This record gives sequence, structure tokens and C-alpha cells, in this order.
Amino acid sequence: MNIKVNGTPRVVEEEATLHSLVPSARGVAVALNGAVVPAAAWHETRLSENDAVEVVTAHQGG
Amino acid sequence: MRVAGIDLPGRLWIGTGGLTSTSLVGEIVEAARPGLVTVSVRRTSDTERGGLLDMLRALGVRILPNTAGCLSAREAVLTAQLAREALETDWVKLEVIGDETSLMPDAVELLDAAETLVRQGFTVLPYTSADPVLARRLVDVGCAAVMPLGSPIGTGRGLDDPRAIEAVRAAVAVPVVLDAGIGTASDAALAMELGCDAVLAATAITRADRPAQMAAALRAAVGAGEMARRAGRIPRLTTARASSPMAGRVGT
Repeated sequence: MNIKVNGTPRVVEEEATLHSLVPSARGVAVALNGAVVPAAAWHETRLSENDAVEVVTAHQGG
Repeated sequence: MRVAGIDLPGRLWIGTGGLTSTSLVGEIVEAARPGLVTVSVRRTSDTERGGLLDMLRALGVRILPNTAGCLSAREAVLTAQLAREALETDWVKLEVIGDETSLMPDAVELLDAAETLVRQGFTVLPYTSADPVLARRLVDVGCAAVMPLGSPIGTGRGLDDPRAIEAVRAAVAVPVVLDAGIGTASDAALAMELGCDAVLAATAITRADRPAQMAAALRAAVGAGEMARRAGRIPRLTTARASSPMAGRVGT
């Protein structure tokens, strides 16, 4: 199925979860369709067609 | 100094924006001994190790994520929520800019985002115009400090309007942190002399020829400015006033 990860189109398996996309939660946060999903819920969060996933971390900034 | 009941180890706060290499972070932090260190929150494809984050955690500094680049309250709130999740802190330096050219805060969106985030349990430190009325409104909705700009982001012009900073200081009881526009040590000293509780500098340090040396200079300047403020400066006079006694002069 087709989703977007950080704005880039990506094809993932039908059964894919957030965990299959982002294996490690260390210093990383995830939003699914504009809402934050806590790391504890990544395993059970199934992805759907056209989902938009954001994966972020700390970067330099003032 | 204390912010939201937390003691911070220094009155110079530093930003990591503009770093040419993350390897410089160690020596800058050592020289600045900062109260906290700001980072931005950005998309990543590398979920292996956050290099900058690991480095800051190893240095033991408090990390303050910002919402730099956000143009609406909605974007800023989501960025703050992601930062809380990624960095395990509910502190946020709230930035909502009006456009990408001036980088000036959008007062309406800023106040809206501040109110929402305070309600969600965040400790909100808003980057704001040097406007005492807006500063008071931000404190009214529960912000833990206010961070007025000295001059536009990245300009290094220092304090364009020192009286506006004084007015912000007089308007609120929470800590005032001079943010944006610091170019060199005297700018930081002036901010402290005007009554600011801390100064945040990013590119003044990271884009200096010798970043660690500038960090040390800003630290000294913040200390000197604060000491001078507490010492109580003499009033400015329009006419001269002799300091040597008039009595006992020769030839009189």
C-alpha cells in the first residue's frame, strides 16, 4: 500500500505497523496523520492507504 | 536562576543553530557552561542514533526544543508535542513566525499556541516581539518566561530598542530571556544591565571565527552585566558633576 513518510511516497506491506517503519524510539517521535503516536503504541498501530507519517528527531537549532 | 521551579546552572543559554560541525558542541558547552541548550525538531530518515542529542545528553545539559520555522499555532503545537515525545521534556521554546523573510513572531498565532500548550501541561517559553503588552498577555495564559528579541534572528545587531526590553522587564514578573540578535559580548552585557535574567545566543557563537572563545566571552559578559545591574548604576546626567572635591585646590 502507498503511504508518505516525511513527505516522500513509500510502498509498505499490507500488515505494516509504525513499528515496522520506525524500529527504535530512542530520541525519535512519530506523528500519524497529524497526531503524535507514543512509542508504546507503535507495535499495534497498523498503517492504512494514504497515511502520512512524520518521523522527527533533535537537530541543530537556536 | 529559576524557571518554572527548576534551578538552571547558568544565565547564558545557547542554541545549536548554525553549527558547522557537531564536534564543536563539547568545547562550546564547556566554555559557555549554559543554563540550557536549544535544539530544533526536524524530519529524520536516520532512526539509528541522534548524534547531536546523544552528545548533549552525555554533556549533561538541559535540552530545550524549539518550534523554529512554524508558521501557525497548529504546526507549533504538533512540533512541541513531537519534541516532548522525542526528547522527554515538556519544556518548549515556542516560536511562531509570521513569515520566512522577517522571521518576526506572529503575535496572534503565538498567543493561541501558548494557551493551548500550557493547557496540555507544557512549560512554555515564548520567543516574542519586545512588546510589554504581548509579554503580559503571554504570562496571563501561563507562560513560564518570556523571550523578547533584541533584533531580528541572525542579524547580530544587538539590542535595536533597549527601552522596549526594559519595558518588557517592567511588565512581567517571570524570567525575561533576551533572545535573538546577540552579536557580541557587549550586547549580552547590556541585556543583563537592563534587567534580563538570561541571554540566549546561537549564531553569535556558532558562526564566530572562534566559537568556544566567543562562548567564554558571552558568559563573562552575562556575568558582568548581571553584577553591574545588582551594583546599581549611577544615574545619567545632562550636565557635568565633579568627582574631585572643590575645597583645598591650590592657588585659591
